[in-house]
Amino acid sequence: MNIKLGNSQIVIERKPPTKTMFSDLIGPLIALFLALLVSAAIIALSGVNPILAYTSMIDGAFGNFRSFAETVVKATPLLLAALGLTISYRTGLVSIGAEGQIVMGGLMATLAGIYFTMLPGFVLIPLVMLAGMLGGGLWGAIPGYLKAKLGVSEVINTIMLNYIAIFFVTYLLDIPLREPPGYFPQSAMIAKQAWLPIMVTGTRFHLGVLFAIIAILVVYFLLWRSPIGYQMRAVGLSQTTAHTSGINVKKNLVLAMGLSGAFAGLAGMVEVAAIHHRLVNSFSSGYGFDAMAVALLGKLHPAGVVIAALFFGALRVGANMMQRTAQVPASLVFVIQGLVILFVLMDALLRQYSIRIVKEDVVHG
Amino acid sequence: MDTQNILEMRNITKKFANVKACNGVTFFVKPGEVHALLGENGAGKTTLMNILYGFYRPDEGEIYLKGQLTDIHSPKDAISLGIGMVHQHFMLVPTLTVAENVILGLTANLKKLDMEKAVEKVQQLSDQFNFQVNAKALVKDLSIGAQQKVELLKAIYRGADILILDEPTAVLTPQEVKELFTILRQFVAMGKSVIFISHKLWEVMQISNRVTVLRQGGFVDVVQTAETTKEVLADMMVGRSVVLEYAKTPVASSEALLALHGVCAEGDLPVSCLNEFSLCIKKGEVVGVAGVDGNGQRELAESIMGLRAVTKGQVCLNGKDITDMPIRKRIKLGMAHIPEDRLKQGLVLDFTVAENMVLDTYDEPPLTCKGIFQPQKMQDIAQELIKEFDVRPPNYDAIVRNFSGGNQQKVILAREFTRSPQFILAVQPTRGLDIGATEFVHRRLLAEKEKGAAVLMISADLDEVLLVSDRVIVMYEGRIMGEFIPGEVLITDIGLMMGGTPQERLGVCE
Repeated sequence: MNIKLGNSQIVIERKPPTKTMFSDLIGPLIALFLALLVSAAIIALSGVNPILAYTSMIDGAFGNFRSFAETVVKATPLLLAALGLTISYRTGLVSIGAEGQIVMGGLMATLAGIYFTMLPGFVLIPLVMLAGMLGGGLWGAIPGYLKAKLGVSEVINTIMLNYIAIFFVTYLLDIPLREPPGYFPQSAMIAKQAWLPIMVTGTRFHLGVLFAIIAILVVYFLLWRSPIGYQMRAVGLSQTTAHTSGINVKKNLVLAMGLSGAFAGLAGMVEVAAIHHRLVNSFSSGYGFDAMAVALLGKLHPAGVVIAALFFGALRVGANMMQRTAQVPASLVFVIQGLVILFVLMDALLRQYSIRIVKEDVVHG
Repeated sequence: MDTQNILEMRNITKKFANVKACNGVTFFVKPGEVHALLGENGAGKTTLMNILYGFYRPDEGEIYLKGQLTDIHSPKDAISLGIGMVHQHFMLVPTLTVAENVILGLTANLKKLDMEKAVEKVQQLSDQFNFQVNAKALVKDLSIGAQQKVELLKAIYRGADILILDEPTAVLTPQEVKELFTILRQFVAMGKSVIFISHKLWEVMQISNRVTVLRQGGFVDVVQTAETTKEVLADMMVGRSVVLEYAKTPVASSEALLALHGVCAEGDLPVSCLNEFSLCIKKGEVVGVAGVDGNGQRELAESIMGLRAVTKGQVCLNGKDITDMPIRKRIKLGMAHIPEDRLKQGLVLDFTVAENMVLDTYDEPPLTCKGIFQPQKMQDIAQELIKEFDVRPPNYDAIVRNFSGGNQQKVILAREFTRSPQFILAVQPTRGLDIGATEFVHRRLLAEKEKGAAVLMISADLDEVLLVSDRVIVMYEGRIMGEFIPGEVLITDIGLMMGGTPQERLGVCE
């Protein structure tokens, strides 16, 4: 690609990517550092000492075991949804639908938790889990199926299904599912034995965190240690080659979206069963969208996704402390998130492309 | 300079990487003539014309237009100098009308645009040439032939004195070809010129006044059409000496391994559909398919591998009907495929060498045991294959995208041949490879043949087909024009068959 600039041109060309362990590790770190540097400037502009802001943020996220547990709790749904997205992105599907899938997963989990109160916990918790994964999975499989059968863009469909899911739940909470006596748009509580137990007293460190840790291994195993994962990655990188060598591309598209949705659904289930214990409006608070950034920042690898999810969790938790101690608006955290994403993407871009400025008369073609 | 020539391209040289696509080519065009530019794939025809149309700048050489030394920087320059080009792939906006397409890009100031007047003018032009195209029709509703007329209209509307047509008949039905020729004759009768790029001999004989022949980027000759014959042109187009020779063992078996019985399949182009195609390949035999690209070779390959639906007829492997068998099952039955486009079909470019090498076997033991994929096994297998096939660099975990073409092809060969296939379909197996890699591919194919595999090699490179095959068939417009043993037929006759003359009519005066 060439961009004209007076009588010079900016020439952007693909180059063989530099790929070493060192650059893989150091690149994102530099990106992170630069993002925090720019954010510091913005914080300073709003009249706050950026060092104070950052220390209070770190303190809020990692200061003691309680705050660290809180970071992990916030990171858990992000991690689960991002692991799901890792599957669909690796299969070459640009899903924007994690949010809707979380919501549907939460809804199904809630229904299971409300209506099967007679079951004991060790049956009910797996059932609620299954319901959540099924809700998210089916919601994800729909755009996968439409993509495979009709070639409809999964980008558009997942966005649309987000709205449908969110407003469907809003409606349900408004009328049929509203708890008696019904002052608030929220459902009845799920059965107490379905609540995910707290693992460490004095914190909100719940069983769902364990689910997330298992999910990390499951996704790694699925993608790199199973023939299905091999197929999905082949489809993601070259549908034509996959098809030529006899891989069923359509089946893999549907399956990847379904699995992707199941993990998002599990995130929704965890939010309901461990945190809210009932379905409330916008219980997901944008986890599904942040998860996209987490998956991409984590380089679509479970290990990277863990780090990115913890980072985003820490930002969310730290933001509150930053607001309280340093009077920096918590929304500034979104600015920091955005800057981090921008810089990390730059790192990826600069590794794949060389950018040169060339005088006009030397340019051929 | 000869004032009779409207265009003189002198000593044009253009290099891509280290390949000379054009090497000192000279090309003169007179006003009022249809000048054919004849040559095989890769002869440099299209490159030369892209230079004239301003897509590329020549590395050496000069272009004189109407006696003036001219520097053409871009297609925009070319158009303003009166050069029009109709590409093989049309450059039209399907959702706009004919008139809108014609005037697209001509006026910068949309406020001054008088659409009604433009429509009228386009319609007038269309009627003048008897195009039978409605200026208000949407392009997407038009047939391919009519869309080509819109491209012609575009060029004529912009005041082209020289019209370049790149393989214009490849996408047309015979009836549409006739219409096109009538239009071209009308156009040159107005004192304008047409440059007609083609590899089809009969067309060139029919439409052109003069012919310039190119071969492998070099200028061969320019002749008056009336003073030459198809045979002479065919000779100039393909005639060249064979460099290499392989020792070939005779075909021992008479057992048919792969057989096609009256196979029909739809074509990417109207002329490339398979029409009652029958063929039989024996164990230990290499059958070569010669022919110019786009004459049904891709359709043949895809029908055999199950990538394209067979609408009629049967494909049999070892006497078993596999016409409707899924691709994967065919592979498991021992069919190997070296696809035409190794980058898009043959490799997952961002997979590692090892991952690419197990694309056919990843889901069976020893690579998958009890449902678990074994990366360690994959590496072991890859390391062995890398050694055996001399893949360089010898890193099993390097990304294939960055490999040279020859080494990429070796990865594919390693993957396909390690399964000891019964049948090998090799499509353009050496396209873009250097001599060393080409020879390597040929020797490996012949080694598989020795082991008893039946090989079908489809290639647009005639030398290669003659060199490697035990038996050659020539394809033209989805049918077999002839069948022969290499060395038993004159190269001229092969050229004629590739250009559409059936074997039984060779030597018959037309």
